[in-house]
Parts: sequence; structure tokens; C-alpha cells
Amino acid sequence: MSDPFILAGKTYRSRLLVGTGRYKDFAQTKAVVEASGAEIVTVALRRMDLSKKGEGSLQDALNPQKYTYLPNSAGCHTAAEAVRTLRLARELGRWDLVKLEVIQQNNKLLPDIQQTLEAAKLLVKDGFKVMVYTTDDAIAAKKLEDIGCVAIMPLASPIGSGLGIQNPDAIAKIVQQSRVPVLVDAGIGTASDACIAMELGCSAVLLNSALADAKEPMLMAQAMKHAVIAGRTAFLAGRMPMCEAASASSPNLGKITA
Amino acid sequence: MVLFVYFQCYRLFFMQIKVNGEMHEFAASLSVAALAEQLRLNPGQVAVERNLEIVPRSQYAQVMLNEGDTIEIVRFIGGG
Repeated sequence: MSDPFILAGKTYRSRLLVGTGRYKDFAQTKAVVEASGAEIVTVALRRMDLSKKGEGSLQDALNPQKYTYLPNSAGCHTAAEAVRTLRLARELGRWDLVKLEVIQQNNKLLPDIQQTLEAAKLLVKDGFKVMVYTTDDAIAAKKLEDIGCVAIMPLASPIGSGLGIQNPDAIAKIVQQSRVPVLVDAGIGTASDACIAMELGCSAVLLNSALADAKEPMLMAQAMKHAVIAGRTAFLAGRMPMCEAASASSPNLGKITA
Repeated sequence: MVLFVYFQCYRLFFMQIKVNGEMHEFAASLSVAALAEQLRLNPGQVAVERNLEIVPRSQYAQVMLNEGDTIEIVRFIGGG
């Protein structure tokens, strides 16, 4: 059955988005991204290291014609920093789809909602298509959608923690109220976490450390690819009702007797 | 007086520019395109900001740098 993932007016086959950080080199980045089947990859923007001339670039490893680059504002603590970073990213890449994240000053990497709302307003007004990293709070998610963000991306648990989905009900509520795609971003640790996110009705999953920090990143990339497909298919199939009483699958009629 | 003349002459030929947080000395009369070339950058893989304003790639050849400019040159790297 045809079940395309439509994001900001563009259609994708894969519902797994992957980050490109924390890999040992560009060769591994490329191999893992390929194994994951992802079509959208997040990237960060940083100063050019002028002392290291002539080293390879991310674009050489991952062709921007083949993959949709999703520049992030990782490390930004204020709306102004995030907007400045993403404007540079737009100039660099010539695309307006971005991942907005504005994090608190306390090193816990949790979203600063006030600053995120402010940045989202500025970016949407400036013509950006904003996918926004946020908490699992439904009210914040609604406000971000009303501002005009093209995707809402609540965290499963803190970035890089691998703790999985800490509050499935909160994610489900955001999915139910949203008319734009909801993606779980951050906190996915293993395949079952990604599968649960999809079973909750998320449109897609975004992860990075779960692959980069796995003992075998390539294998985990394959596992995540299948987990996202399995979770999505199960969501579409609709799970059976949960019931406390046991209920046999085999009929009693026709049992052999003494 | 001699020092002043020397300084003025020096300023005709050289300028100090802050690039990515560090002071660098360049020959005066330098465009962004020439700077990119001197630094052996691939213009298609960087974005440039001059005094907090983005320099569009199409204007690298026209935009001239001045003494005391603050330049940021950024690129994409792996991130989540």
C-alpha cells in the first residue's frame, strides 16, 4: 500500500531521518546513512577550521543532490543565535527547510520554549520551512504549529541519552492534535523505541546517537530502518484492543476426548 | 611624524581582519572572492558573513573587505 511521507510539500519514502554527527569519519557517516535508507539528514553549521585546508567535506561524502540536508541550529541558546545560524545555512545550502532547536543554558540540552517560539516566528516570517525541536508539552506544540512550523519534533528523552520514550501519552496527545507531521527527535536508544514512536502515530523518527554510539552502527541503521517500517505498518493496521481477560485463539469445539 | 607616515603607508598596503575569531593580516583591497581564494576555500561549500551581514555568494567578487572587518566563514559538518 502506498503510504508516502509528505513533509513541507515534498514526498519521501523513508520515515527515518538521521543525524550525521559523532561518526568516526566521513566514510562511516556515508555507510551508515546508506544502510538506514534515510533520505533526509541533519547537519550542523560551524566555523571553517582555517588551519586544516583541503580535508574532505560532508558534501563530498553525502551528495546534497541525493539527500535532503536539514541544517540545525544545534548549540544555539537564544532566538537571535538560532536565526543567524539558520540564515547562514540557507545561504550555504540554498534550501529553506531547517531544524530549529534552541536549548537551555544549563547543558541539559532541553529546549528553551520561550526562545524557540520567538525564533520560530522570525524564521517563518522570513520564509523558512521550520521543523522544530520541542518538549513533549502539547501546548508548546500547538503554539509552534499555529506559528506555522511544518513539523513538530518533541523529544522522547534528552538528546544523546538513549532513554527511549519517557512519556508516550504526551507524544500521542501531540500526534492527535497536530495537522502537521509529528516526529520524535532525540532520546531514541534502540529499534523498539523507534517502533513505539511510529506505533504512537508519529509521521517519522529522527535519531543520531542511537546509530553513532551503537557497537555496530551499520547494523543498528538496518535495525532502525526495519523498526520504523514495522511501527508505521502496525499503526496503520490498528492494534487489537487490550483486555485483561485471557481469550483462546483455538476453538474448543472438536477437541479430542477420552 | 616619520612613524605616522610609515603607518599611513602601511595602511595603504595591509589591513587587519578578524576571520573566525582570529586576527589575520591581508593585503589591502581584497574582495571576498579573493579572500576565499587565498584561504583555498571551495566557495560552493561555505557561507560568509561580514560584520554580521550575510554576503550572498553572487556578490563575492564585488564585496570588498575593509580594515577591522569581522568575517565569519562557516561550513556544514556532521550534526544531529
